[in-house]
Amino acid sequence: MAETATAEAPVVRPKLGRDDWILRGFMAVIGLYLVVALALPLYFMLSKSVATYSFRLDGYELQVDRGGGWGETLNALDLALAQGLVEPGAQRAAADERLSPAKLFPDFSFRAETRYRLRNTEPTEGGFLVRGEAVTSTEWQAFSSNDFRRVALRPAPGLGLGNYLEYFSTPALFRSIFNSLEIALISTVITVSLAFVFAYALTRSCMAFRPAFRVIAMIPILVPSLLPGIALVYLFGAQSMVLKVLEALLGAEAVAPLWAWLRDGAYGPSAIYGPTGIVISEVFFTFPHALIIIVTALSIADARLYEAAVALRARPARIFLTVTLPGARYGLISAAFVVFTLVITDFGAPKVIGGQFNVLAVDVYKQVIGQQNFEMGAVVSMILLIPAVAAFVVDRQVQKRQVALLSARAVAYQPQPDRRFDSLMLAYSLAVALFMFGILAVCQYAALIKFWPYDLSLGLANYNFDVMDGGGWASYGNSIRMALYSAVFGTVIVFLGAYMVEKGRRMRLGRAGFQFLAMMPMAVPGMVLGLSYIFFFNDPANPLNFLYGTMGILVICTVTHFYTVAHLTAVTALKQMDPEFESVSASLKQPFTKVFARVTVPVCAPAILDIWIYLFVNAMTTVSAVVFLYSPDTTLASVAVLNMDDAGDIAPAAAMGMMIFYTNAAVRLLHAAASHGIHRRTQAWRRR
Amino acid sequence: MSRISAGRGLLALAAGVLLAWPASAKTELTVYTAVEAEDLKRYAEAFNKDHPDIEIKWVRDSTGIVTAKLLAEKDNPQADVIWGLAATSLLLMKGEGMLEPYAPKGLAALDPKFRDQDDPPYWTGMDAWVASVCVNTVEAEKNKLPMPASWEDLTKPVYKGHVAMPNPNSSGTGFLDVSSWLQIFGEEGGWDFMDRLHQNISHYTHSGSKPCKQAAAGEVPIGVSFAFRGAKSKAAGAPLEIIVPKEGIGWDMEATAIVAGTDDLEAAKTLVDWSVSETANKLYNEGYAVVAIPGLAKPVKHFPEGITEAMIDNNFEWAAQNRKRILGEWQSRYDSKSEPKS
Repeated sequence: MAETATAEAPVVRPKLGRDDWILRGFMAVIGLYLVVALALPLYFMLSKSVATYSFRLDGYELQVDRGGGWGETLNALDLALAQGLVEPGAQRAAADERLSPAKLFPDFSFRAETRYRLRNTEPTEGGFLVRGEAVTSTEWQAFSSNDFRRVALRPAPGLGLGNYLEYFSTPALFRSIFNSLEIALISTVITVSLAFVFAYALTRSCMAFRPAFRVIAMIPILVPSLLPGIALVYLFGAQSMVLKVLEALLGAEAVAPLWAWLRDGAYGPSAIYGPTGIVISEVFFTFPHALIIIVTALSIADARLYEAAVALRARPARIFLTVTLPGARYGLISAAFVVFTLVITDFGAPKVIGGQFNVLAVDVYKQVIGQQNFEMGAVVSMILLIPAVAAFVVDRQVQKRQVALLSARAVAYQPQPDRRFDSLMLAYSLAVALFMFGILAVCQYAALIKFWPYDLSLGLANYNFDVMDGGGWASYGNSIRMALYSAVFGTVIVFLGAYMVEKGRRMRLGRAGFQFLAMMPMAVPGMVLGLSYIFFFNDPANPLNFLYGTMGILVICTVTHFYTVAHLTAVTALKQMDPEFESVSASLKQPFTKVFARVTVPVCAPAILDIWIYLFVNAMTTVSAVVFLYSPDTTLASVAVLNMDDAGDIAPAAAMGMMIFYTNAAVRLLHAAASHGIHRRTQAWRRR
Repeated sequence: MSRISAGRGLLALAAGVLLAWPASAKTELTVYTAVEAEDLKRYAEAFNKDHPDIEIKWVRDSTGIVTAKLLAEKDNPQADVIWGLAATSLLLMKGEGMLEPYAPKGLAALDPKFRDQDDPPYWTGMDAWVASVCVNTVEAEKNKLPMPASWEDLTKPVYKGHVAMPNPNSSGTGFLDVSSWLQIFGEEGGWDFMDRLHQNISHYTHSGSKPCKQAAAGEVPIGVSFAFRGAKSKAAGAPLEIIVPKEGIGWDMEATAIVAGTDDLEAAKTLVDWSVSETANKLYNEGYAVVAIPGLAKPVKHFPEGITEAMIDNNFEWAAQNRKRILGEWQSRYDSKSEPKS
């Protein structure tokens, strides 16, 4: 990669000093953090998904004493087969399934004087439980019949693809793969098209209010992905606000067919439930992510190409197809992959508006929270990981090419005013802005209504979170604390890590390995990360077990989940700095900490602030990463939105969702003000 | 009021500590529970008024999680007492040999439904949450739906797409519905009933209270849920009618048990004795309309009449033992409503 080349460049190659060892020490610590917070949990999950359990009945021998001494030795499998209790072949079982050996004897009665004895033929193969105590030795154990009924055979653990086989032989489960792909593909096409036109309006037209539109389009980043789903329930649910307004305008007669059509939903109480609602929500949720990438791609257009095209008398349509689109193609592809990944791993929208339409991310939740089937949850997670990793790898390849497209002699393109085109673009942008605002306005209105649709008076009853599921107002406080911790600690960890990668000397392999670890979180869906944390941190043998159920694990999970984008921001900022700074400081025998504190941090201050706000906002809105990890003392606002909606308290869910929005918007404003101030103080050198 | 009682509690506590000091230090009991967090404080305060020498250390989570946690810790139990967990879950644990049989003082006063059938019982009940059907009267009128009177009514074609119910795989309420139908109609008749009901189901929810809340909001005209939820929504002003189907209704109860192998059996017994007392039952009555001691409960506003009589003779033992099989069967039959209804 390019950065290693520049870092290797300095002519002066001092031998390793104290600073270098400190740097390496830091890198080792942060590298270790990534291994513990990412690599190990994922490995644990992989091994969980291939953990199977089965009763090895042929491994048990029994003898019965009916008063005349111990009888002949019986094999448990033979008895079970004779009883018709089991089918021949491996006896697959859940980890917590138990089999009572008393069932092997049809004449068993716990009041009888009969005595039984039981032994394992092989040690460690599951064994059996006597009053809760595991027996794995191969000695005979004798029981009175009253005690014998409390003996339970345990399934033996093994490795195998049994869970995967079960997954693919259960249509209810594997159909989700196609459902997930379907909505991800449709959402990707729609979002990228809409975002492209919007980006085109921002960069290639002279319409009014462009800066304002740019800000408005970023609104969805500030809200949990559950919120658009909630708004859609109000807008197009069985008590559709839209149709009620139409009814008031056009009369009940005219709208009746629309009601009939709307209420005939295939996946829920109205037609909006299922793929339709999921796709609309996902378009809202992913729009800003696609827009940022496409705007960047369109901004780097070379005006000389357009001049040449005009000189060659190409028509506008032809210019668009032969110059604009090819120029933006890598941006479009990249945006498409980002949107695809976001949608296929998103859990919020399908949870709220998906109805009976199952998708992979919700299946993970259903398996783990609903059924406590952790092994199957791990299997679905592994399957969810495949498209996410694939999209990530392809995207990285595409982005590498994009860099090569830039040319030093490019001339920035300046759009020319064109009244018809500009007003068309303005109308389009207004429509998009209206969509964004509409979603928020509906949620805010719904939060204030007392009891939609029967009592439309306004009040604050829905803000009485303490009488609802989800943890009440405490969860809001927890979320702010969690976001602050994640932002502060995350920024320190990410920036130091990026600094080691960029400015560390030698240790090529170590730094490449670190870089790889830092890129990995991008490809890991939040659900998958969260679930892998259960397996890893909840293991009693893990010395980090004490973190389980604390605020600490939420912060670690959040920082890790959003590590990659923050890391790339820091690396980009650090790349702008000439390595000479370090060389000069080293030759002046100054410790690196001095350069770091006096030069590096001030120069990178804007990037550091960006990382901070990125982590804060995402920590406030994330649901998927933390939904498995919160405890009664650490409930979060975003999870409260989910739980209140789950319990049917949809208006309070909207109210809490809007609280998250206001908090993020306020912090964003503070951030803008702080950026402005810091920019003036630390970035004066950029001006001439 | 709460300040006074808290003050009194503190006084009692202080007195208790002072009195108990010479004899022994305060006993600590680890109690696993699925009772709502806000109720826990009340329960502990009330208990400590009578027994200031025993301190309760709560470990609380939802029913499914607590059950899984207890089962996972089977070989090395951390809990001393389970206070407030579904009876079907406790039956699982009884089957695992995890519970200590004990006949608490005052057992005779309990409704026979509210205790384990073994003698001495392995667990005793506290209160019941009872299935009910919530019907939105405004929406029912709009859609010209007659008021259903029985489960069987709900399978009539007129209700097609108008009924929501909880998914038994994730919801305890959903499971008590399904297990009660299998008991009311018999195994074969139960599945046949559900096949027909499935034709009318608009959607299955994850949570047991959501169908009723959705019915309250008019999102769906009819929600199969539990009575307590319906009464609450009705009190909030929803146009709801809470129906008790005439075939009978399923129910599950919150129950109490001692974990076998507890370090302090005497203190555990004291707590379980108290948990079946009249004081405790009155406490449960603040949240639940049906409690273990018959005739004690004051009616909760908006609760349908005749609900205690309609509760079926629930065979919890059978439900617990067949839980895995029933849920698997249910999932393979109904959990893939991924194709549009025709």
